This record gives sequence, structure tokens and C-alpha cells, in this order.
Amino acid sequence: MPDLQETWVYLSASPLFHLTLTLLAFQAATWVFEKGGRRPLLNPVLGAVILVVLVLLATGTDYATYFEGAQFVHFLLGPATVSLAVPLYRQWHHVRQSAVAIGASLLCGSLTAILSAVGVGWALGGTEAILASLAPKSVTAPVAMAIAEQIGGLPSLTAVIVIVTGILGAMAGPYLLDLIGVRDWKARGLAIGTASHGIGTARALQVNETAGAFSGLAMGLNALATALLLPIVWGLLF
Amino acid sequence: MLPYLTLIFACQLVGETLTGVFALPVPGPVVGMVLLLCYLMVRGSAPEDLERTADGLLSAMSLLFVPAGAGVILHFRLLGEGLLPLGGALIASTLLAIAVTALLMRWLTRGGRDA
Repeated sequence: MPDLQETWVYLSASPLFHLTLTLLAFQAATWVFEKGGRRPLLNPVLGAVILVVLVLLATGTDYATYFEGAQFVHFLLGPATVSLAVPLYRQWHHVRQSAVAIGASLLCGSLTAILSAVGVGWALGGTEAILASLAPKSVTAPVAMAIAEQIGGLPSLTAVIVIVTGILGAMAGPYLLDLIGVRDWKARGLAIGTASHGIGTARALQVNETAGAFSGLAMGLNALATALLLPIVWGLLF
Repeated sequence: MLPYLTLIFACQLVGETLTGVFALPVPGPVVGMVLLLCYLMVRGSAPEDLERTADGLLSAMSLLFVPAGAGVILHFRLLGEGLLPLGGALIASTLLAIAVTALLMRWLTRGGRDA
């Protein structure tokens, strides 16, 4: 069928194809998430990534070609991050009330994320390049990649690690918080945002406005804290 | 909606510019978030159309991570080689960070009553 072949060649080279693929994969994953009772384990980001990767592997498409289309979705991450100011503003009275608690919890959480990632990675035989790529794993991707580069990690590996961390936090975080009996939305949001940046924040926003605002705040503050602290901690460790 | 979408983009643009010029350790969009927050505080209320625009973008936030996540395809080999240290560190450290932050926050906001 030469026509079909030609159409495929044309379509697969057009950004529209991979843009649509990304949207379709996400909608399918969201459908599964909704049908499955909105369980955190059925995280739609994970489901969509698996679907997209399967299609790319099946069609032999390289990531650069895929990203030509997907970049239009990726681009909106910046404006979405700016938009977090709106829920944060609506929750500002809560933030002001507990400013000291937020700062202290965030700093401890940030250090815990760094030290436990490097410690466990080292104990399990990770090379120094892997440890340096792991260390900034809880912060939003652009910051994490810049830090990884600064301390001798692989920025593109860090990007993947950051996404996996986010998905893990969004999936396991709610169960863990239930298990340790933390029901307060402020504490839940702050913890999810500190450990799993934007992906955790996206999930928190769907569940509760206060949790979402605190998660977005934690994401921004942890980016700052990790960027300042990690090079110092790294210098002490290695 | 368009004026507020423009405002959001402008905040990011100024944020990226400040980050670049002053070599700030935070990403441009986070600086943009702070700028928009300052604007709202000075203004004293959030315009309804801005809320609608921002909430619209945020409701799709999960979707926006899919393209970066598919980048996993570039690192299958490296991930396979470092599966144990990477997997172990990711799971342990993510769970620990969540637990420490949440417990400390609860303890501090309740005045230490139920640590």
C-alpha cells in the first residue's frame, strides 16, 4: 500500500503527529486513572510515558523527532510554573501563619533527600557519576540538571531521575502520608512538593487546593535551597 | 483570558532574563512565579480571569511532564547498568524526604504536641 506508506512518512515527520500522540497517550492514561478509582498508583504521567515510549520503540522513532512535536506541550511547563502564584496567593494567609515551620521542615526535607539519595546510592555501589546525577533528584528539572553538571553528574540522566522521582512521590506519597497519619493538607503538600517537585504538585493540586499551593511553594523553595546547599554538601562529602 | 496569558508569559520572560543576567540559582519560571505573586499582593486581589487562566494551565500540569518523561528512552542502557543504586536510592530517598518533611511540619505547626 504505497499511499499508506507515503502518508505515514509525511505524518511521522510532522510535529502534529507526536503532539497528538502525547495528548492521546495522556488521555488514555487519565481514562485508566479515572476508571481505576483515581488511585495514585495509576499515575497518568507514568501511564502516558509508557504508552509514548512503546509507540516510539514500535515505530523506530528517535527522541529528537518525537520532541519536535512534543516540545509544544513541554514549553507550557514554564507558564504553568508561573501560574502556581495564583493558588499560592489564595493560600497566602496559611503560608504566613507557619512561615518558620515551613522553612525548617523544607530545609530538613531537602537535606534528607540529598543525603539519603547519595548514601543509599553509594551503599548499593553507585559510581560517582551516578551519585552526582542522583543528588539533586528532588528539585525541578532545569535546576537539577544545572546542579548535576556543576558537581560532575550527567544532566540528561538527572532529567530522567527527576521525572522518576516525581512520579514515585506522586504515586507512593499519598499512601505513605496516610500510613504515618499526616492528614493536614499543608504538611502533605509541603512534603510532596519538597520531595517530588512539579509532578507531585500537579497531583496535589488535583486533590486539594491548600495541598497544591503548599506543594508549589515547596517546589520553588527547594529549588533554591538545593541549588545553594548541594554544592557545599557535595564538597564536604567528596 | 489573553491579557492574563500575556501577563503569565511576561512574568516568565522577565524571570528568565533576571536569572540570566544575575546568574541566579533558581529557574526563570520560579522567579516568574515570585513576580506574579508580588503583583497579586500589590494589587490586593486575584482577577477572576487570571484565576481562570492559571487554573486552566494548572489543571493540565501533569500532561506537561510527559515529553520530558519519554526522554527515558535515551538512557535505557545507563539505567539498566545502574538499576540497583538508582532504584534503591530513588525509592528510599523519596519516601524518607516525604516522611521527614511531613512529620516535622506537623510537629512544628502543632507546637510539638504529637511528635
